[in-house]
Order: sequence, then C-alpha cells, then structure tokens
Amino acid sequence: MGRFRTNLLLCASTGCVSNKSLELKEAIEIELKKHSLQNEIKIILTGCNGFCANGPIMVVQPEGIFYQFLTVDDVPHLVEEHFLKGRPVEKLMYIPPKKETPVPKMSDIEFFKKQQLIALSNRGSIDPENIDEYIGKDGYRAMVKALTAMTPEEVIEEIKSSGLRGRGGAGFPTGRKWEICKNAREDEKFIICNADEGDPGAFMDRSIVESDPHCILEGMVIGAYAIGASAGFVYIRDEYPLALKRLIHAIKQAKKYGLLGKDILSTGFTFDISVNRGAGAFVCGEETSLIHSLEGNTPEPRTKPPFPAFSGYRQKPTNINNVETWANVPRIIQHGAKWYSEIGTETSKGTKVFSIVGKLKNTGLVEVPMGITMREIVFDIGGGILKDKKFKAVQIGGPSGGCIPDHLLDTPIDYESLTKAGAIMGSGGLIVMDEETCMVEVARYFLSFVQDESCGKCPPCREGTKHMLNILTEITEGRGKEEYIDLLQNMGMLIKETAICGLGNTSPNPVLTTIRYFRDEYEAHIKEKRCPARTCKTLIHYSILEDKCTGCHLCFKNCPTQAITGEVKKAHFITQQKCIKCGMCFDVCRFDAVRYE
Amino acid sequence: MNEQSEKIDQIIEKFKNEKGTIIGLMQDIHGEYRYLPEEVLLRVSAELDIPMAKLYTLATFYKSFRLEPVGKHHVRVCIGTACHVNGATKIVETLERELGVKSGQTTEDNQFTLETVNCLGACALGPLVLVDGEYHGKIDQGKLKKLLNKYR
Ligand SMILES: Cc1cc2nc3c(=O)[nH]c(=O)nc-3n(C[C@H](O)[C@H](O)[C@H](O)COP(=O)(O)O)c2cc1C
Ligand code: FES
Repeated sequence: MGRFRTNLLLCASTGCVSNKSLELKEAIEIELKKHSLQNEIKIILTGCNGFCANGPIMVVQPEGIFYQFLTVDDVPHLVEEHFLKGRPVEKLMYIPPKKETPVPKMSDIEFFKKQQLIALSNRGSIDPENIDEYIGKDGYRAMVKALTAMTPEEVIEEIKSSGLRGRGGAGFPTGRKWEICKNAREDEKFIICNADEGDPGAFMDRSIVESDPHCILEGMVIGAYAIGASAGFVYIRDEYPLALKRLIHAIKQAKKYGLLGKDILSTGFTFDISVNRGAGAFVCGEETSLIHSLEGNTPEPRTKPPFPAFSGYRQKPTNINNVETWANVPRIIQHGAKWYSEIGTETSKGTKVFSIVGKLKNTGLVEVPMGITMREIVFDIGGGILKDKKFKAVQIGGPSGGCIPDHLLDTPIDYESLTKAGAIMGSGGLIVMDEETCMVEVARYFLSFVQDESCGKCPPCREGTKHMLNILTEITEGRGKEEYIDLLQNMGMLIKETAICGLGNTSPNPVLTTIRYFRDEYEAHIKEKRCPARTCKTLIHYSILEDKCTGCHLCFKNCPTQAITGEVKKAHFITQQKCIKCGMCFDVCRFDAVRYE
Repeated sequence: MNEQSEKIDQIIEKFKNEKGTIIGLMQDIHGEYRYLPEEVLLRVSAELDIPMAKLYTLATFYKSFRLEPVGKHHVRVCIGTACHVNGATKIVETLERELGVKSGQTTEDNQFTLETVNCLGACALGPLVLVDGEYHGKIDQGKLKKLLNKYR
C-alpha cells in the first residue's frame, strides 16, 4: 500500500454492493482522475465492516475517517473537500442516535468500540481478492509455523489448550475433535469446512468468507496437517454467490503460491481443497446430512454414533468444522493458546461473531469477547431499539434456539449461561424484537420453517412439528383453546427426545422458550382473542380516526381492494368486509389517522 | 436449442472425466436452463446410468432446483427471520397481489416468477427482494411498486 498517501477502503461485500458500492467506486475513480489524484489516492475494495445498515461504507486511511450512506452524487463534493482541500465532510459521517455532532473516526464509534477482532481481524482492511494483502498482514505465517516448527501433536495440543469450541452451534471442543479424528485408525482422512450457514437471519460465515477467504484456507491446512488429512472440502451455501467466487479465487491464488496442493512449501505435506455448493436445504448444515450431500446421496441425516470422526465422507474418518472455527485457528497458532484463552469466560474462550439484526438501530455484524452481556450488544453496540420502541426479546440460535427476555439481558454470553436461559449459542444469529413483534407468531414462524425444511425421515420431526404448527396457527388465528399451551409443551418435550437429528430435536425450543417467558401473550391470544403486539392479522382490524383524517384521499388511492370510502377533505371510512389488512393505508397516511388494534 | 445441447454434452463429459458430484452436475444444468428440463434429466440418466428416481429425489429435495422454467424476471423475496420481523410477510402478500400469482408460480405472460427464500445473507438490509440477482434492501410496499414497474 506504500506509495499512496491515502487509501480509501470501500466495502464491497454483499450488503454494500447491494447499496451500489461498485458504482461508487467508478464515480470516485473518475473524480480522482479529474483532480489528478489517482497516483496519490488508492481505492481498495474490502470485505464487510459489519455496519451493513449504514452502507455503502468507506474508511479513509491513515486518518481512520468513517463515511456512511455514500451515494454517487456525494462524490464530487467529497473528493474536492476531503482529498483536495483536506477538510473531511461532516455530513457524510456517523451521527450517534440523539446526538448532533458527528463522530469522524471509526475507532470512536460506539458500534466498533466494544468489539474485539480475531476471526474478523482483517475485515475491511484488506482486499480479499488479493493474496498479497493477506500475506502482508502476516497471513500464512501460522501455517508455516505449524508445518515447519510443530508436530501434529503439538498443533492439536495448542488448539486444545486454547479452549476453542466449535462455532457452528454445539460448541464441541475443537482440539478434542481433531484428536479423535487423528487417532482413528485409517490411512485416508478428510476435513470439511461447513459454510452452509442455514440459520435464517444470520450471515457471519458469509461475511468471513467474503472478507478474508484465505484465513479459512490457512486454518484448514493447519487442521489437515494436525489430523493427517489429504483432502478437504468447503461446502458453501448456494445463496452466497460472492462468497463462492472469492473462495474459488483464493484457492487458485494459494495454489499458485504453493501454499496449497502438492508438497506445500516443500515440506512434503500435500493437501488440496475443493469447493462444493449446497442447493438450498437447511438440513444439509447438519454434519451427517452434509456428508451424504457431498457424496451425492440423498442428504438425510443419520443417527450418531458413529460420529464422522470415525466414519464420515466415504466411510473414512472426517473432521468437520464451521467457517468461524477454522478462521480462529491461524490466529491461535500464531499468537499462542495462552493469548487466546485469556479472552472470554471460564468455559467459553475467545470471541464470537454475531449478526445483530431485527428491530435495532445499528444492524450488522460484530465480533465480541465471550462474556459480554446481551445488554451491551443490544444497547451499546446496537444503539438500542429502532424508533425508541420498547425492547421485548432477543432470539438467539435460530430455529434451534430460544429467546432472551428483558430481565435476562445481563446474561453474559457463553455456552453454559445461554443454555441455562433456555436458548443456545447457535451459530451467532441475534434477532432483536420489540413490542410490535408477536412472540406466538415468531414461534409459529420457526415451526413453519422447520416443517418446510424437515427431511421427512423421522416421524417426530415430520409429523410432530406439523401438529405443533397447526396448533400455533389456530392460536394466532383466534381459535386457540386453553389446553393448547400444555399440549404444545408436551409435544415439544416428546419431539426433543425422539427425533433423530439436531434439526428435529431442537425444533421445539423456540416454542418452549416463548411459552416460558411470554405465556401471557399466548393467553391473550387464546382467552381474549387479542394479539398484544398487534401483528396477527386475524385478530386486528384497521380503522380511520375521524378527527385526525384530513380527507387527503391518499389511502383511498392506495387501497388495493377499494375498501376505503370518503370524499376529498372529508373523513374517510374503512369497510371491514372488504379490508384485507395489508396495512397500506397505515403506511401511506401522513396524519397518523389510521389505527389498528 | 442446439447450442444448449452441446453445453449439456460438455457438462456430462466434465462429470465423466472429473468424477464430480451429481449435485454439481445438476447445478450446471440448472445454470444453463434455470430449471431442470425433463428431457435433459432423461439424457443424463441414460448416459451416466443414474436412475431417474435418484435424479428426481435430489431435484425435489433441494430448494434451489426447479422442475419448471422461470419467467423472464426472477423475483425472490427473503423470508428469513430478520426480514420476517421487519415485515417480509407483507412484501410477499403485496407481490402475490400485484403479480396475481402465488409464491412459486410464474405469471401468465411469463414475465415474472415469484419465489421465497430463507435468507440471502444481507439480513441487516431487510426486508430484502432479489430481482434477477440484484439485491433491493429495506423495501416497503411503495418501493415495491416502483421496482416492479422498472421491470414491467
Ligand atoms: C439442522 C442443523 C443445521 C446445522 N447447520 C449448520 C450450519 O449451517 N453451519 C455449521 O457450521 N454447522 C451447522 N450445524 C452443526 C453441524 O452439524 C456441526 O456440528 C458443525 O458444523 C461442527 O463444526 P464446529 O464444531 O466447528 O461447530 C447444523 C446442525 C444441525 C442439527
Ligand atoms: S433474513 Fe433476509 S437476508 Fe437474512
């Protein structure tokens, strides 16, 4: 990066690209040329900074100035003011909620302050498509160290004593898993990187692959060396085209540099990685199902044991880890187990990447030390609830997880505390819900997801979740009966005990925790036929407040079913029989005259 | 058709040589036609000696495979959790109403195919709609109409 006085780190990950960051790049290039600055200022396309909601994002280095919501129209002014005259443009900077003065530097912004980057240590600071930049940031040094100065046993010992646990959901100690696979008595062994990221509403793994693909490759080479595997696979979700492209590109570059493939760095160690795309089935994230999918067989899970460490891909010992788990490996080898194990809590070491989304002011991707509280994530990093509405719950762990209510917000994030609260660590999806989110409907949502994704092999999951879904639908549509809550709990417990894979036996969790913490909402739906969050369509109706309606006629024009009558400048009226409760009138009204309850 | 037929030859040849996976093979075919035509599956089955039943099992197991062609524009609405709590249901309903089809179907004039998908990985921008591979974040009913008009 040397000869340029300024580097513009422009995010080119899925979020910012969808907010037109590539068009922005072109516009900046043109403008820089216009002022003959192209030899002084360089644009680097980087991976995700995490602050996706405010994209496109650009960080100006070395000063560390953070610009957000950039548009092509802002470019001429920005280039002239900041890059020519040296006056950073305040109106393009971040302004904290309820404040007026902007915060110029990225490092001073609350969203970034409490984060600690390990898995994402290169995010936003290197060009993910250029291996030299990864190497420039000490990339592949850990691999060299492992391959040339450590025995496989020493590598495993280091990972074991770091305390690293699997980031894909269950939190199994990674070093131990490696050791089991290493000790399995077979010549041929395989390793897999699970990049299927099925939890809807979570994008940690996509972001890691897009912003730093080489760290995963490096982690996998180290793992393969320790375990004694000669081939590896990355199984990546079909919905992630950009991550796929960057990964394939990274593998090509690494091979060209002799960092992957035959006789890596002349150490005699040979290891190759191939990439396989998923095809949109959630259950394929489950390890045995994933392996069946790789083999080209029907991707149904099977009962364990035998675990993949003994019998996995083509019945050979196979070690499978999540993307984020692999991303931690090079950093642990490089900085040492002691360094890593000093971060976090007694039982959960290191950091965890979370995608924080939903009804939150600052949505995006964050990496925080284990042990941080949910409150800090939601209110300090996340900036609190959108439109200052009231917080209701955080859903963690997706369809297998549970929700954390208000009174448990000070729960420190670690595997054990979350399980105690009825949730799970999961893969890192945090979905924040406010007073307008109906918890019964959320439970129904997750069950319909599971119903849809159940592979159908075992009856508890195939039939049980269907019945639970039917019951929840009855409740949300106002036909609930009082005995339904007990029934849901009993069925839930039964499915938990009898389904054959993790998909089925965790699927009742969202229902069970919402009953545990929000029983009153279930009761309101059942006994009073009322949805307190005003979400369940059958239980609400729209009306127009006569005294507020100015007769502007806008709702009349927009109503798709002509359910609204009224003349210009006179109060309007909704015919309930025609109303389909689409909420259009509420959305378009500028006078707060539409009410729903 | 001829050109595509040649492509299929290449795809089958590639599979034979590299010992790739069946899923990869089907994805390549899908990439070519944007669905899995029956006649192509029959050919694959005959040439590679893979039972048709197996191909159908896989084609119906995985969500990304379609057995019917898509319209000119492929509209996919994210119904992942983040998009869901931000109003994705409304977006799906509006699109179904505007296009006059249910999710999974193609309009009669073959202009639009509407589908839902469980998370596109841009959850911070939800609700999210993907039209022909282009992401449109923070969408609402008003923006949706404009968006459709752009493609109409
Ligand atoms: C239904 C289901 C879906 C899963 N989906 C994923 C996934 O998308 N990504 C992932 O890494 N692990 C997923 N897992 C967990 C894997 O089975 C496996 O435990 C994990 O990849 C192991 O890696 P780790 O030890 O590094 O966490 C899923 C498990 C179940 C039961
Ligand atoms: S939930 Fe919609 S993109 Fe993830």
